[in-house]
Amino acid sequence: MSDLESFRSETRAWLEANCPPALRGKGGSELEGVWGGRKWDWSGLPDQKRWLERCAERGFSAPTWPRAYGGGGLAPEQAKVLAEEMRRLKAPPPLIGFGLTMIGPTLLAFGNEEQKQEHLPRITRGEIRWCQGYSEPGAGSDLAGLQTRATGDGDHYVINGTKVWTSYANYADWIFALVRTDPNAKKQEGITFLLIDMDTPGVSVRPIKLISGSSPFCETHFENVRVPKKNVVHKVNAGWTVAKALLGHERTMVAEAFGSGGGAGGKRGTLGERAKHHLGSENGRLADPVFRDQLAQLEMDTRAFGLTMQRAKDAARAGHQPGAESSIFKVYGTEVNMRRQELLVRIAGPQGLGWEGPGFDPEELATTRDWLRSRGNSIEGGTSEVQRNVIAKRVLGLPD
Amino acid sequence: MDLVLSEDQELIAKTAGDFVKQKSPIARVRQLRDTNDPVGFSRALWKEMAELGWVGIAFPESVGGAGLGFAELAVVMEELGRTLAPEPFLSTVLLAGQALLLSGDAGKAAAWLPRVCKGEAILALAQQEARSRYDLAAVETRAEKAGAGYRISGEKIQVLDGHVADAFVVAARTAGGPRDAKGITLFLVPKGAAGLTLTRQARLDGRNAALVRFDGVGVGADAALGALDAGHELLASAVDRATVGLCAEMLGGMQQAFALTVEHLKTRIQFGVPIGSFQALKHRAANVFIELELAKSAVMAAARAVDDAEPDLAKLVSLAKARCADAYVLAANEGVQMFGGVGMTDEYDIGFYMKRARAAELTFGDAAFHRARWAALSGY
Repeated sequence: MSDLESFRSETRAWLEANCPPALRGKGGSELEGVWGGRKWDWSGLPDQKRWLERCAERGFSAPTWPRAYGGGGLAPEQAKVLAEEMRRLKAPPPLIGFGLTMIGPTLLAFGNEEQKQEHLPRITRGEIRWCQGYSEPGAGSDLAGLQTRATGDGDHYVINGTKVWTSYANYADWIFALVRTDPNAKKQEGITFLLIDMDTPGVSVRPIKLISGSSPFCETHFENVRVPKKNVVHKVNAGWTVAKALLGHERTMVAEAFGSGGGAGGKRGTLGERAKHHLGSENGRLADPVFRDQLAQLEMDTRAFGLTMQRAKDAARAGHQPGAESSIFKVYGTEVNMRRQELLVRIAGPQGLGWEGPGFDPEELATTRDWLRSRGNSIEGGTSEVQRNVIAKRVLGLPD
Repeated sequence: MDLVLSEDQELIAKTAGDFVKQKSPIARVRQLRDTNDPVGFSRALWKEMAELGWVGIAFPESVGGAGLGFAELAVVMEELGRTLAPEPFLSTVLLAGQALLLSGDAGKAAAWLPRVCKGEAILALAQQEARSRYDLAAVETRAEKAGAGYRISGEKIQVLDGHVADAFVVAARTAGGPRDAKGITLFLVPKGAAGLTLTRQARLDGRNAALVRFDGVGVGADAALGALDAGHELLASAVDRATVGLCAEMLGGMQQAFALTVEHLKTRIQFGVPIGSFQALKHRAANVFIELELAKSAVMAAARAVDDAEPDLAKLVSLAKARCADAYVLAANEGVQMFGGVGMTDEYDIGFYMKRARAAELTFGDAAFHRARWAALSGY
C-alpha cells in the first residue's frame, strides 16, 4: 500500500470514528458555517463544538499548516485526500472564516515566530475570529490612498481613522488593518500592516444595512487606539507588499465561494428542476426554450470556470508557478454568480418579488435577498474593473 | 483527470510549436490560396507530420499509431491551429479515421489506418447534406439493395478534403425516413468508383472541401462499416471526437489571433500613445483573455474525457465547442476592430482568423446548438 493509500485509510477510519453522526450528510448548504471566536454562541451546537475540538486536535481544521502552529502538516496531495474523504461523508468543515483563509496564510508567509506562535494555534481552535480593515470611506478601489494614521508613541502606535466594509467586525475579536505610518512617503510606501485587538479602548463598530436587508459589513472607528509596535507584520512601511499577497488569498476565496455553485438550485434540486417548478415542463423538458438556453449558458459557464480552477490546482500540484489563469478567478467567479442570481429571480417571476411575510415561500424570499446581496460581488475584494486593469497590465503587459 | 500537461505532452507541444514556426507560417496558407493550389495543402509536409508521429498519435499501435491519446492529439492540433495549417487532420485522422477505428471492423481498419498513419492515404467523411445542418440523423442519400450489394445515390456537401481523398466513409439511408436516427448505414467507398463525381468547393476560410455526388455507385455488402442501420451512433461518436480535435485547433487559432491583437495594441500609436494604454481597449482585451482561458480548460477536459471514456463526454464536447465557437469569434472580431482599418485589408493576417473562426463556429454545431444539446443531456 502506498503512503497516500495508507493515509487515506487512516483518515477514513478517523473520520468514521470522530465525525458526529448528526453532522454527516450535511456538508452542503444545510448548516451554517462555524466561524468561532470569543463571541460565538455555541448553545445548541454541541455536535459542531465536538467536531471542531477533535479536528483541531488532529490538525484538520487547518490541514496544510505546520503542526507547530496547530495545523495538520499535510502535503497538498494528502490535503486533497482529506477533502475527498470529508466529501464522502458529506461532513461540514469544522471551521470557516478569515483566520483560516486570509490572515493565517499571510502570517505563515510574513509573520515573525512570536506572531505565528501567538495567533495561528488560536485560529485553528476557533478561539479568535478575525476581520479585515482595508477599505476606507475615501479609499475604495484606490486602496493605497488610505488615511488611517498610526503615530508612534514609545513602544506603541496610536491609531486614528475609519475602516469601512469590515466584514462581520461586530463579531470579530481581532482585526488586521492597513495603517499609514509615513504620511510623507509615496502612497504605497508609507503603509504598515498591523494586528489590532478589537477589545482595545477606542475601537467602535457600527453595522451597515445593505439593500438586501442584511448587515454583513460594518464601519469600524479607531479613536486614539494604542497598539503595541510588536503587532506590525513584516516591516514598518512595507505593508503594501503584505496587503497585495493577502488580496490574492481573498480573491481566490471569493472565487471559490461563488464559482463552484454549479447545478445548485437549493431544496428544489438542480437549476433545471427549479426552472421546471416555476416555468412548467412539456414531455419532461423545460417548457420555455429561451430560459432553457439561458440556463444551459449559465451551467456551461459555471462548469468551464470550475474546470479552470481545477486546472490551476492541478498545475500547482505538479509544481508549476501560478499561471495566468488564476487572474480571472475573482472577476469571472463573481460575475457568473451574479448572472446565476439574476436568472434565478427571473425564473421565479412574480414569486421573486417578495420581501417577507405571507404568499412567498422561504426559498423564494432567499432567492430575492441573495440576488440583491450578489450585486456587491463585483465590487468587494477588488472591483471587476480593477481586476480587468490587473489582467491588462500584469498578464497582457499593456502599457499604462 | 488532471488538467495539466505532462512532461511528455509539454515536449510534444514544444516540438510542434517549433515546427509550425519554421515550416508552416501563415504565409503558406496565403500562398496556397493565391496560387489556387490544386491540392490545397502540402503532401510533403503531411508526410513529415506523419514521420514525426503526429498523424498516428492517437491511433493504437496495432494499426500503426503511437498509442497515445486525444490529450496528445489536442496538443498537436492546437499548435497547427495557430497558423491555420491546412493539412488533412480533421478529415483523415478525426472524421473518417475515427469512424473506421470505432466501427470495430478490423479488416477495414487494417487495410487503411496503417497507410493513414504513414501519411500515405487521405480519407474523407461524406456526411453533410444540403438540408442536414448539424443534424447527423438527417440523411437523404440512399443506399438501395442491388443484388448482393447496394447502390448509393445522393449528394454530400462540404466534404472536407473530398477533392483528394483516397476513400470516403459515406452516411447513407438503408431504412427509415429522412430524419430518423435509425436506418443509417456507413459505407466505405474508394475513390474512382463508377458514378462518383467530385467537385471542389471554395470556402471563405480556405479549408479544403468538395461536393461529392453519388449516382448509383455500386458497392458490395462488405462495404458496410459497422452494423447495418445503426450508423448514427458510430457517426455521432466520430463527430464528437472530431469536434474535440477541431476545438483544439480553434484554441490555437484564437490564441494566435489574440497575440497579434495584443502586439498591435502595444505598438500602434495614436494621440501620441500606444492604443493599448486606453482603458476602453484594455478591458475588452481582458475579456477576450478570460474567454480564452475558459476555452482552454474546456478543451483540455474534453480531450481527456475521450481518453478516459468519461460518462459525461458528450456534455464536455458540447461545452468545449460552445466555448470555442464564441471565444474564437470574439477574439477575431475584437482583433479586426482593434486593428482598425488595416484589419479589414487582405494584407493583414487577422482577417484570416476571422474567416476561420466563423467557419469553425459553423462546423459540427454552433454555440446555440451545443447549449441545446447540453440542456437535453441535462434533462431540461
